[in-house]
This record gives sequence, C-alpha cells and structure tokens, in this order.
Amino acid sequence: MAVTLIVNGQRRTVRASPDTPLLYVLRNDLELNGAKFGCGLAQCGACTVVVDGRAVRSCTTPISSVSGKKITTIEGLGTEAKPHALQKAFMEEQAAQCGYCIAGMIMSAKALLDQNPHPSEPEIRRALAGNLCRCGTHNRIVRAVQRAAKESV
Amino acid sequence: MSARDLASPSRRRFLQQGAGLTVAFSLGPLLRGSAIAEEPARLPGSLQTNRMLSGWLRIDPEGTVTAFTGKVELGQGILTALAQIVADELDVAPARVKMISGDTSRTPNEGVTSGSLSIENGGTALRFACAEARAILLDAASAKLGAPAADLRVEDGTIAGPGGARATYWDLTSEAMLKREATAKVKPKPASAHKVIGKSMPRRDIPAKVTGGVAYVQDLRLPGMLFGRVVRPPAPRARLTAADVPAVRAMPGVVAVVRDGSFLGVAAEREEQAIAASRALRKSARWEQAGDLPPSGAALFEHLRRAPSRDDVVSEKSETASPAVKTLQATYTRPFQAHASIGPSCAVAQWQDGKLRVWTHSQGVFPLRGALAKALKVPEPDIVAMHREGSGCYGHNGADDVALDAALVARAVAGRPVKLQWMREDEFGWEPYGSAMVVDLRAGLDEKGNVVEWHHEVFSHAHSTRPGESEGVNLLAAWYLEDKMAPGPARNIPQPNGGGDRNAIPLYVFPKQRVVNHLLPQMPVRVSALRTLGAYANVFALESFMDELAAAAGADPVEFRLRHLTDPRARAVIEAVASKSGWRGRAGEAGNGKRGRGIGFAQYKNKAAYVAVVAEVEVDRASGEIRVLGAHAAADAGLAVNPDGFANQIEGGVIQAASWTLREAIAFDQDHILTKSWADYRILRMTEVPAVEVTLIDRPEEKPLGVGEASLGPAAGAIANAVANATGRRIRDLPFTSERVKVALG
Repeated sequence: MAVTLIVNGQRRTVRASPDTPLLYVLRNDLELNGAKFGCGLAQCGACTVVVDGRAVRSCTTPISSVSGKKITTIEGLGTEAKPHALQKAFMEEQAAQCGYCIAGMIMSAKALLDQNPHPSEPEIRRALAGNLCRCGTHNRIVRAVQRAAKESV
Repeated sequence: MSARDLASPSRRRFLQQGAGLTVAFSLGPLLRGSAIAEEPARLPGSLQTNRMLSGWLRIDPEGTVTAFTGKVELGQGILTALAQIVADELDVAPARVKMISGDTSRTPNEGVTSGSLSIENGGTALRFACAEARAILLDAASAKLGAPAADLRVEDGTIAGPGGARATYWDLTSEAMLKREATAKVKPKPASAHKVIGKSMPRRDIPAKVTGGVAYVQDLRLPGMLFGRVVRPPAPRARLTAADVPAVRAMPGVVAVVRDGSFLGVAAEREEQAIAASRALRKSARWEQAGDLPPSGAALFEHLRRAPSRDDVVSEKSETASPAVKTLQATYTRPFQAHASIGPSCAVAQWQDGKLRVWTHSQGVFPLRGALAKALKVPEPDIVAMHREGSGCYGHNGADDVALDAALVARAVAGRPVKLQWMREDEFGWEPYGSAMVVDLRAGLDEKGNVVEWHHEVFSHAHSTRPGESEGVNLLAAWYLEDKMAPGPARNIPQPNGGGDRNAIPLYVFPKQRVVNHLLPQMPVRVSALRTLGAYANVFALESFMDELAAAAGADPVEFRLRHLTDPRARAVIEAVASKSGWRGRAGEAGNGKRGRGIGFAQYKNKAAYVAVVAEVEVDRASGEIRVLGAHAAADAGLAVNPDGFANQIEGGVIQAASWTLREAIAFDQDHILTKSWADYRILRMTEVPAVEVTLIDRPEEKPLGVGEASLGPAAGAIANAVANATGRRIRDLPFTSERVKVALG
C-alpha cells in the first residue's frame, strides 16, 4: 500500500507495507544513503534521523508511525558544496575514521543543537551516548559538535 | 614482466622507438643492465611483486594522474596518504590525483591491507614508481625542449625549461611511456623536498561520509538489484536436517530461497521482505547440533593450556649475567574478542554468463577472488572482485564471508545483482574472533634490580585464517555446502611479524630470554586476525609484568623501562610521554586507592611505529567500575605522511584498546555463541571514553612505519598498570569488568 512521508521538506509516496521500518524506505525507495543499517534493534544509532525535531532510530520506526511528520536525514542538512555547520565542522575536525556511524552522530547532534544551541561537553556526550562508534573517533566528534555550536552563534 | 621479456625483440623495438629513445638518454643503461641480469632485481615495497610502472600509474592527457593501488580504504585514510605521496613525487597538485584501489581487473595485487603495512609496502612502491615516471617525463620534455633534464623544473605537471620553454605531463604522456618494468633507480625525493607529504591533508573520503554521498558498498544500487539475507546455523557445527523452502518461497517479494547442504539464503525484491523471509526460514529450520565448544570462564584458559599444541621457541638468548636473586611469575589471559564493526558485513554480487562480479569491503580482493573461485568452482579469471568501503573492520571480520554468501544467493536469480548484508546477530555470532590467549611470564631480578632472565610462553589459536590459503577455503559458507570444503590449516604467522607471538619478544634488552609460542591448531571457536593479532595480549602481559618487576625492584616504572632499553627511538617515546604527561616518578605517582596512572610501551611488531602511553584511571571501589580518565600517547612512525591521519589512528587505537580492556569478551556455552547484540557486547560509549592527547615525534628522514595498530598494546598496558597503581591490586585477566575488580579489591 502507499504511504506518504515528508522527507527533507518533500512529500514522497512509497509503496510499502505500513510496518516497514523507515530505514529501508529511506535507503532503498528514496535512495538516501545517510541512515545506515547497524543493528536493526535501536541499539547503535547508525540509522538515526530526526522526526519532528527528535532523534529517532529509523531501523525500528514503522513508516505508518511517521506518516505526515517532518523527517530530516543528513541529506536534508547540506551538501559537499554547501555543507551545514555540523557537516562543515565534522570535515574541519576530520571527525571520522570509517565514518559508518557519522551520519547518525550528526543527526543526533542536530536534534541536540536544535533544542540546546550551546550545550556543555557533558551534554553533548550524553546526547550522543546512544550512538556507538567503533573506530574511537569519539573525541573528534565531540569537538566537531562544539565547533558547530560555536559557529552557528 | 620478466628479464626475458625485456630482452625480447619486441621489447628492443619498443626501446628504439619514440619515447623509448629519450628514455635511453638517462634510463637506458639501467634498463639494459636489468635486462642482462638472470634474476630480476629486488624492487622496493610492492614493486617487487608488481613490476610494471603502468600497473601503478597513468598520466592522463586530460590533466589528471590516476594511481592504482592494491591497498584499500578501511577508514584509516590510506587513499589520502597515498595520493599525497603521488602528488609529491610527481610534482602535481593532490587534487589532480585519482586513486583506483583494490580491483582485481585493474590494480596491482598487494595481497591484504593489513599489518599496518600499506604505507611501508604500497606507499613505497608508489614513491619509487612516481619518482621514475617523473624522470621519464622529464626525459621526454628534455628531448622536446632541447634542454638537459637537469635544467628543467616541474610545477603541478608543467615543466619549465630555460628561456620560458614549457611542456606539460599531459602533452607528453603516451600510452607506451610507462609500459616498462620499474628499475627503482630513481631516488624518491628527500624529506626536505616534500611539499605535501608530512602535511595534514583533509581525508578525501570524509566529505561523502558526512553528507550522505555514496561512500560504502551498502550504498551501491544496481538496476534490478535484489536484497539477500542468510540463515546461519544455531551453533558452529550444526547440520541442517529440514527447512520449509516452499513456504518461504511463497512469501511476498521472495525471488529465491537457496538451500545447499546446511547453507540457507534468500533473495527478495525488498530488503524488509528478505529479512522477513530469512526469519521465517530460520523458524522452519531443524538442525542437528554438535555441542562441541570449549569450556567458558576460567576453565577456558586451563583448556587452552592443555589443548594439543605446536610449540616453537621463537627467541632464545643466553648471555652471561649476574645471578637472579628474586624470581617473579604471573599468568595473564585474554578472552575471545570481536571486531564488532558498527555496520554488519555486506556485499553485492552479480552473475552474468557464468562470470561473477562482486563488490566487497574485503581487505584483500585478490585472495578473496582465489577463495571464491575454489568455493564456487569457477576459474579465477571469471571473477572480478572490486573493493568498496564498508564499516571499519579492524581485521578479518565477515567481509569476505558475506561476499561468498552474496555470490551463492545471486547464482539463483539469473543475472540480477544481489546486495546481501548480514544481520547484527550474524556478525556477532559468525565473524572470526581474536583468539583467546594465555600468557605465562617468569623473570629473575639480580641484586641491583635488573632483569637478568625472561621467559614468555603464549598459548593461542591462529591469528590469521584469512582467505587465500593454498589449502582449504577460508570462507564461512564453504564449510556448510552439500559439497563442503574444509577451512585452511591452522598456522602461526612466523616471526618477525608473528601471530600469537606478535610482540612476545621483548624490545627490552635482557641477557637471558626464552620466548615460546604454543599454537593450538584445533579451533572450535572461529578465530582470525583482530587488529594487532597477538600483540594486544602480549604487550598487555609484558607491560603489566614490567611494572610488577619494577615494583619488586623498588624502581619507578619509567626509569625501569629506560634502563632496559637501548633503542634510542624507544627511549625517546617513553621520555616524551613521561614529560608530556608530567610523570612524577615512583613516589609522586603513588595511587590513592582510587586514582592512579600507569605507563605502557611497545614498538609494534618490534619493527613498526613506537608508541608509549600514560593512562589515568579512576576506580569506583563500591561498584568496581573503572573509568579511563585520560591518556597521553607519544608516537614515532618515522616519516608521517599525513600527521593528522596518524594522530587519528593513535587516538582511535587507544580508545578501542580501552574498550577491549575494560569491557569486551565473547560469551558462549557448550553449544552456542551467546553474544548476539550490543546488549551482550558493551563497548565504551561517548560518555565513557578517555580524552587522548597525542604527541607525534616526526622523523621525516626515516622511512615511514606502520601506525594503524601501534597504540593498542601500549594503551592496554598503561590502563592495567594504572589500575594496579590506583588500587594496589594487580588484575591479570582481561577484561577488567566491575565483577572482577570487586573480587580483586576483596
């Protein structure tokens, strides 16, 4: 059946079962690469997107529950040529190794900064504690979020 | 090309024509020299096994340089560093350099991207290839401009001669120009001439990764592509007795259900349909189980010590020494630990006319191709394996296995490509773990408190069971097919690299020493290369024991290490980390029951980067929780091609080692691997990782040394010593869980 989603400001209609996790629709129907499959269990945060201002695990979010809500993926923030402050800061801090977790990290950070534009370092760490990183890039990621917060003043 | 080819008539004709004439101007005699030689000359790095310049480099008329490398990007920044090397040696802007990596149809075969060897082997080959290509281009320019090559200057591919004469690489290039064997007679630039090497260049892979660009094999989409999943057995040697294939085949979107022996896979139009089908197939499957896993907990290590073994004395030294007046011995253990990549392994496979193309995040596309050919019973030339990035692997994870899974499922869907990704439980349950290990140490101190005798015995399974072995097939699904194949034989990687015994030979100078490796060839729990192989546990043990000996000798751990080290670079990293961390000596560093600091040191493999780490920990005595508050690392990797990339690897290694050391162990019982998800395998989180300060000791005139794995052992040693220093209790069993800490604190 058809479900209509508002993704990065655009209305998109997809034909999929209503219980389909949002992640597969984003990746396969809408061809958006940012959200990643990491665990399918909402344990790692690699699939994080922002729904109505909140960081959400798209791997366990059925599309029926987000129909009509505003969904933002990392593709909705900016591009290589015109990056969002967070994307720019992640590039400037070289805050990635393999980078598989990074889109999820950035989307969790986006939800945080929208709520709290000037978070303390512990606040940043708490907001990103549900996003796992295996390469050990954590401290660069925190510095990138701090930089983005500073630059978007 | 062999020496015989060089002497062939066609080769001579080529040398007499066109660009060949100008080559004879400076390189001709050298080429003729190598043509006469019976044995091909030894060439540096991977040039030795990939000898044609055109295999490494193409100068494109449109103003770009295409470099080919068998090494692959794993998130370690290698393609950026290699592009820096190419840019500097050729005198072109880095933006002109395109990197093609890991493609069996296009790139040199450089084996596996592992062992922190990519800069050493792959980078060295590119340095020499580019230096020689530059000389060839200069010779061509010299002929064209009528000026001696020595009078020409190159800037970004434009060659300027006296009196304003100019030529560019892009005009001079011809297809034939680099179709020749490398001689390595043109010396790469000295460090003083580097403009790009040694600078922190932004990584080329990062922009796509932070904007949702196509960055990973998971992002590949091909026309008509299906989604695949596998159903793995409930236990390592379980045998499939029944599965309801027709019922699953009838599910929505399902295009194929593959059952071959005990291998089960599905392909469906949509990813969620493939997942639903694999779950239904799993539910319908019946298995005969073996129940043959080793004992777990403390009994595992007794089992390892008693298991049949192949024993090698890997180092023995017996010099005159003063007698030992005090002898210490201790046993250290490490459990099975996982790579635990954030993204489960994934591959895309497509069969057309009996030929297979596979897109893979394998660390070695050539060895993978060989193993796929054996498993699928097709000739190797009928398979093309192409690298695409995956999630970080940290060694041999499921990357290769999933390529065979994808190929097996794709074979059932007539020409359509299949993207097959493992589920989280597939990755935790089936990736080859880093082997559990037992390390027994014994040492004697003389009356001055110096170590005069040292004994190190390590018990461990193999640390590399990668695809590409000449016997057997090291791909998971191959062991479960109807016509099943055996894995390759267990072997230990010999010194000087070492496998289980990697870094077991101390860099410290002791007059008498004996190091014995016990390889346990029966491997009921699947194991292979996890970042550092045996070095992590060996350095953890060795560095812990050095602190135990220092305490017995009443010495400061830093001073105690320095007094046993002669290598000036080893001493320098220890002195640097002591100074940067404000190390206060034995009395000044006394722990207070709760907080303490410790040091760890190693030169990775005794031949790659030198790293010393000082870590500070805080122990909550009530809960047993250890927090690593911070770490200072000092590192010397010789010439640092990309210093920020180098720092990123050191920082990441310290954090990953902290996670291994405090938290990580695979759980299993007699029948099953019990670790299935992140809830069962709790790696350190953003709120739990230490701050890491890195001091790089740049030695631009020294050769570049591998850095990717160098900080993990020293970090483990530093954390262990910090915990002992903080609490006064020595914990010798990894990981340092809160339960273990509470027991240790009594």
